[in-house]
Amino acid sequence: MKARFAEVTKELRALLRGDEAFLASFSGEEADFARFNRGRVRQAGTVRQLFLALDLVKGRRHVTAQLTLAGEREQDRARLAATVASLRERLSFVPEDPHMLYSTDPWVSESLGANRLPEAGAALEAIRGRGEGFDLVGIYAAGSMHSGFASSLGHDLWSSRYTFHFDWSLYHEKDKAVKTSYAGFTWDAAGFERKFAWAREQLAVLSKPPVTLSPGHYRAYIAPAALNDFLETLSWGGFSLKAHRTRQTPLLRMIEEGAKLHPGFTLAENTAGGVAPAFQAQGFPRPERVELIGRGAYRDCLISPRSAKEYGVPTNGAQASETPLSYDLAAGTMPQSEVLPRLERGLYINNFWYLNYSDRPRCRVTGMTRFATFWVENGAIQAPVSVMRFDETAYRLLGERLSALTREREFIFDANTYGGRSQVTALLPGLLVEDLTLTL
Amino acid sequence: MTPEIFERNLLQSPPRTQAWTARLVIENEEWLAVRQGVVQPIVAGENAGAMITVYDAGGMGYTATSDLSPAGLKRASEDALEWARRSAGRLCWDPAQLAPLEARGEFRSTAAKPWASLPLSGKLEMLQDHCARLKVGERIVDHEASLWHTDAETLILGSRGGRIHQHFQFLVPELRAVANREGETQTRTFSGGRVARQGGLEVLDELGFHVAAPRIGSEALELLDAPDCPAGRMDLLLAADQMILQIHESIGHPLELDRILGDERNYAGTSFVTLDMFGSYRYGSKLLNIVFDPGVPGQVASYGWDDDGTPARREYVIRDGLLLRPLGSAVSQARAGLQGVANARSSGWNRPPIDRMANLNLEPGNSRFEDMVAAVERGIYMESNNSWSIDDSRNKFQFGCERGVLIEDGRLTRTVKNPNYRGISATFWRSLAAVGDRSTLKVLGTPFCGKGEPNQIMRVGHATPAALFNGVEVFGGAA
Repeated sequence: MKARFAEVTKELRALLRGDEAFLASFSGEEADFARFNRGRVRQAGTVRQLFLALDLVKGRRHVTAQLTLAGEREQDRARLAATVASLRERLSFVPEDPHMLYSTDPWVSESLGANRLPEAGAALEAIRGRGEGFDLVGIYAAGSMHSGFASSLGHDLWSSRYTFHFDWSLYHEKDKAVKTSYAGFTWDAAGFERKFAWAREQLAVLSKPPVTLSPGHYRAYIAPAALNDFLETLSWGGFSLKAHRTRQTPLLRMIEEGAKLHPGFTLAENTAGGVAPAFQAQGFPRPERVELIGRGAYRDCLISPRSAKEYGVPTNGAQASETPLSYDLAAGTMPQSEVLPRLERGLYINNFWYLNYSDRPRCRVTGMTRFATFWVENGAIQAPVSVMRFDETAYRLLGERLSALTREREFIFDANTYGGRSQVTALLPGLLVEDLTLTL
Repeated sequence: MTPEIFERNLLQSPPRTQAWTARLVIENEEWLAVRQGVVQPIVAGENAGAMITVYDAGGMGYTATSDLSPAGLKRASEDALEWARRSAGRLCWDPAQLAPLEARGEFRSTAAKPWASLPLSGKLEMLQDHCARLKVGERIVDHEASLWHTDAETLILGSRGGRIHQHFQFLVPELRAVANREGETQTRTFSGGRVARQGGLEVLDELGFHVAAPRIGSEALELLDAPDCPAGRMDLLLAADQMILQIHESIGHPLELDRILGDERNYAGTSFVTLDMFGSYRYGSKLLNIVFDPGVPGQVASYGWDDDGTPARREYVIRDGLLLRPLGSAVSQARAGLQGVANARSSGWNRPPIDRMANLNLEPGNSRFEDMVAAVERGIYMESNNSWSIDDSRNKFQFGCERGVLIEDGRLTRTVKNPNYRGISATFWRSLAAVGDRSTLKVLGTPFCGKGEPNQIMRVGHATPAALFNGVEVFGGAA
């Protein structure tokens, strides 16, 4: 794949005229997808896709094309020539872009992962065999993910990863289920078995009659997967310089009023600890770590090159959306083994669902509990809880009502496959909160 | 790549099995935007690829590829066959129940003013003008006007000679004004960002795009000074641009047959609707009439055939409040033993078809807008969705809108900010008290409906009038 991208770069270089320049971002994957329902296969297949985003630049003017590549030399050569000609024609119709910024310091980087993935048929059989007799539903996704960046200035950046992700649930009945995932670089039968055994254990509790709660205030433990959903919602502008400068950030109170979260809350974009490439689409490096919130106070935004130019500050290599790719929330001091005793009475929430803002400037978020959410009494899990809606501000949930973060953290691979397989990861502890507001 | 070249390349060495389909998708798109007076990077996209699906010995497999050469398609066919063999005897459905594709035909969107009829410079000039008119005051801190056009062509071929060629033009216009004063930020958009249609630039005239900017800017400013929406149980009048969200989330998704059959339980969720409810369950008041209608000219999900090749027909899904049929395609219908609709749809060449909404519309009633307002003693009118959340069974929901207006003693009075409401799908539609007439009808839709594993983003259409509901729990913002 890298060799093919090098050929594309060479062909693009030959197509340039005069003082034209190009920036080329490549993303490609070969992914196996097997979808399961009731322990059997619903749909299965392979997707091979190669995308090129090509920016043709002349002075302060530029236009972009996003196209699929075939991966076959003759087809791609013709398509590249036609695309460059079309972009060149359009260049004369666009005005100068005052916010254009791209890396003018060429650099070279190569990160090649090893392919230790199982053969598709073997993975399919391992899952189907283990799921026999269970109401198992979910998706297995595995394969290569390639990212590249090159420019006529000499950038030559490449990243390849080979990962699998089995995102699945075991159902008891109706909406009562345990959700978990098994992801990584090498399929380990013992590791999968441990995950499966944990899910079976929780499934046994789900067979008890559910507790239906009234709206009100409850102590709660929020497991890392549920917290991940909440942080993803915060990232809708929460860490974006553009959203801050245009006052659209949900963390507006932090910048306007100096509002703070819990002093134990330190969140970073930890590129060094994730799987996403260490470069972005204008050729800038992504620093190893950007602290977004430090000891509860707002620190730095993610700054794309475009925002950097618009607002006159240096970029820190963020992608255009200015959202984190590698969340890292500092661990706390509470051992996982103390979660239930310290919760004593309340909700043990494994997953949230469908979060959205009910008042964005005040960072008030609503959402549902989902999957295995349990009622805890006397420091022990008693029964599943029927799904409930919460409506709560981040300042309460992650601030004044947050009492502890767990010492252990969970590494979460994002299972998102919109357009392509996600490279977003999160390393998160669980949270113990004094008061979660349930509304419906 | 053209459909003809694809067909020739594929048939040089078709899949080595008796039953297969091949689906080519070519999308050419252009995204133009002007933000704060600055033309944003212009993006043109050309996305072409094909999915080959093979049925063999009781198994089914697919391979999608952007390599459309004879060799690339041959390799894809062989890989799909390998998947069919791997899945044989392990499927949760029987491919023999799916009728082979034999239909032949064409479908084409109409565009009175084709996208290319206005040159790039003219489109940018128009967006510059609209963007400038959004900034009606210094407190407008961000403003943007954009157009997203897609020319999409699909060709579906089948082993039994089926050949369906469809060619669509999609247009998504957007206007956005953000107003701020200290700790308060309010946003107004062109119908909540949910205006996706088929057609050309004439769609902009029909939707009032060219005159909307000053109103959107002014309303964003007005919201800065507005009080919070009051809390309490009251009557709720929903504009068409919120009704589409209400229909989408609490009728459309729960009636998708693949959810009811459990396919989506690990991701998009299940449904409070069960198979035994069809034909007997009272979904809403007698005023509720919902149709699946892929034949509305200009609506975003109009088509002649779905991606399995099933001919698309208008069907009542709910009539006089009674639940009649699910949104289930041929495969789901066979699994459930129920009649459904032609809604096997995929987001592109690299994803397999699943049950989706297409155009799911509420039929107009006979109430004028003024009459619905006049019927309310204490209530609220809400416009343009900006927040949506619903449980995985599609029952407990909470939705928020950009703008609310109090209704007091039969009159619209004061604007309020942060209007939200919550309810339960299974009972909410029974409180439907009046349905607006054709004068309140809008043909809208969204290009961003997410579902499926692997995930897919889909264009879905909703045409709806305004509607009045009794006794709904509403509330505003603030911590």
